[in-house]
Amino acid sequence: MPSTSALNMSFDASVIAQDFPILSRKIRDGKRLVYLDSGATSQKPNVVIDAQNDFYRLHNAAAHRGAHQLAEEATDALEGARQIVASFISAHVDEVVFTKSATESLNLVAYAMGNAQKGNRFHLTKGDGIVVTEMEHHANLIPWQQLAARTGASLSWFEVTPDGRLDLSSIKSVITEKTKVVALTHQSNVLGTIIPLDEIVKRAHEVGAVVVLDACQSVPHMAVDVKALDIDFLAFSGHKTVGPTGIGIFWGRRELLAELPPFLTGGSMIENVTMTSATWAPAPKKFEPGVPSMAQAVGLGAALTYLAHIGMNQIHDHELSLTEYLLNEFSTIDDLKVIGPRDLHMRGGIVSFSLGDIHPHDLGQFLDSQGIAVRTGHHCAWPLTRKLGVPATTRASFHLYNTKDDLDSLVAGVRGAQKYFG
Amino acid sequence: MQLDNLYQEVILDHYKNPQHKKLNPIFDAQVHHINPSCGDEITLNVTLDAGLVKEVSWDGVGCSISQASTSILTDLLIGKSLDQTQVISEAFMNLMQSKGTEIGDAELLEDAVALAGVSQYPARIKCALLGWMAFKDASVQAIAKNS
Repeated sequence: MPSTSALNMSFDASVIAQDFPILSRKIRDGKRLVYLDSGATSQKPNVVIDAQNDFYRLHNAAAHRGAHQLAEEATDALEGARQIVASFISAHVDEVVFTKSATESLNLVAYAMGNAQKGNRFHLTKGDGIVVTEMEHHANLIPWQQLAARTGASLSWFEVTPDGRLDLSSIKSVITEKTKVVALTHQSNVLGTIIPLDEIVKRAHEVGAVVVLDACQSVPHMAVDVKALDIDFLAFSGHKTVGPTGIGIFWGRRELLAELPPFLTGGSMIENVTMTSATWAPAPKKFEPGVPSMAQAVGLGAALTYLAHIGMNQIHDHELSLTEYLLNEFSTIDDLKVIGPRDLHMRGGIVSFSLGDIHPHDLGQFLDSQGIAVRTGHHCAWPLTRKLGVPATTRASFHLYNTKDDLDSLVAGVRGAQKYFG
Repeated sequence: MQLDNLYQEVILDHYKNPQHKKLNPIFDAQVHHINPSCGDEITLNVTLDAGLVKEVSWDGVGCSISQASTSILTDLLIGKSLDQTQVISEAFMNLMQSKGTEIGDAELLEDAVALAGVSQYPARIKCALLGWMAFKDASVQAIAKNS
């Protein structure tokens, strides 16, 4: 069911915010909640909460198992959600794998490659290369570090420039004939930088490598078309996409999923089983052992339907206009330094910053006392914050429900913190 | 405001003027501790002498709570016997776990009672304990070295 906001032709974040019940909560002694931590997790609209509840209240049964009506309904709900996800990222429905999180999706592809035997195109050994970037979230760095350690493959990376962009000047020496995998983020969860994929994908494919895209910070905020991007694998999480926790998406090209070995094994991912061996069901089943996160998948389906109604391009434009507004306001604050690009080119709705000598934890605590929720720390991208010479930053991240009022509160909060700790 | 319970004047004073925050190159044990949730880091040196804590010096980066807590620790524990430091450390850890129900024994903990407010902010307890866990680790290593 479309929300009131979705029926409006013009984008009005303050109307959209009314779809998210938590945003009308008062916190810290009656303060209005100003939620600027959507990069960590997004809030949920009523349609998502209701879809999950309805599944549990009316349709709950183990999907793809059982010969009864509820099992049929649960299967329809799960597969309906898969179709919604596929349409949302312009994929084929049998290319969409439900996992429990984006972290699991990235581990799935890394571990599955580690399972590939000699002769399989994903087989890695000494002499092969894995390429990442310095701005990866730990979830798209450590699985590859571990895969390199297990297989003897080398790990190399694109560096980050001081203004928070990816340094592609040495692309040919980073992605070489030896490279088998290029795993990178679509948008930095710390800097907000959107990565120019065209050149990287072209070079990766030129040397026969596959491209794994961590789309956790892009799919929730802008239109992502896996075919147009010409990538090979993609991961994103439900909970950052105004959907539930406990559901992640792993997407891969059909022909690649057919060759990729499984990661987790067990029930329902098989074709045939004897006491000593097993063969695999075709994708996506091959990668979905066990009863799936059904209510969560249904909730994610509702979330993506909701976002699509509003329009991903409108959401991205809205977040960019918020970013522009905040960058302008921040430029008037003494001692405030934005960590990341200061222009709007190839950028999303994340603004990390430092504030003189005030430690991010102390700033975050002060903002919290004003009802403002931000993230502080290294944002699970420790190599990046170390490279940029900031042990920690404060991060404001937006979503479709944030308004200029929220940013005015943040700016007032930052000035207040300067007085408090000054 | 409630925030003032957390950021007592004593804490901000120690934050702005941290005590013994310069590593002495001579030590019995040196440890490096990290708070992986926020990236705060501390290096702490301990020197013992005949069952007493002769010296504690440190360096590190972190928030006002972690820096002030470590600074307070040095003032409190230098010159004490190892038995006394254990009693004080346990009292401090209990205070941090008290969820705001205790004010702390000012005679025993001195300036450290100013950190009592931290116990109401679960995310900050680790900040307050960073230096204390480092001291515990270093003193155990220093005892092992001297025995």
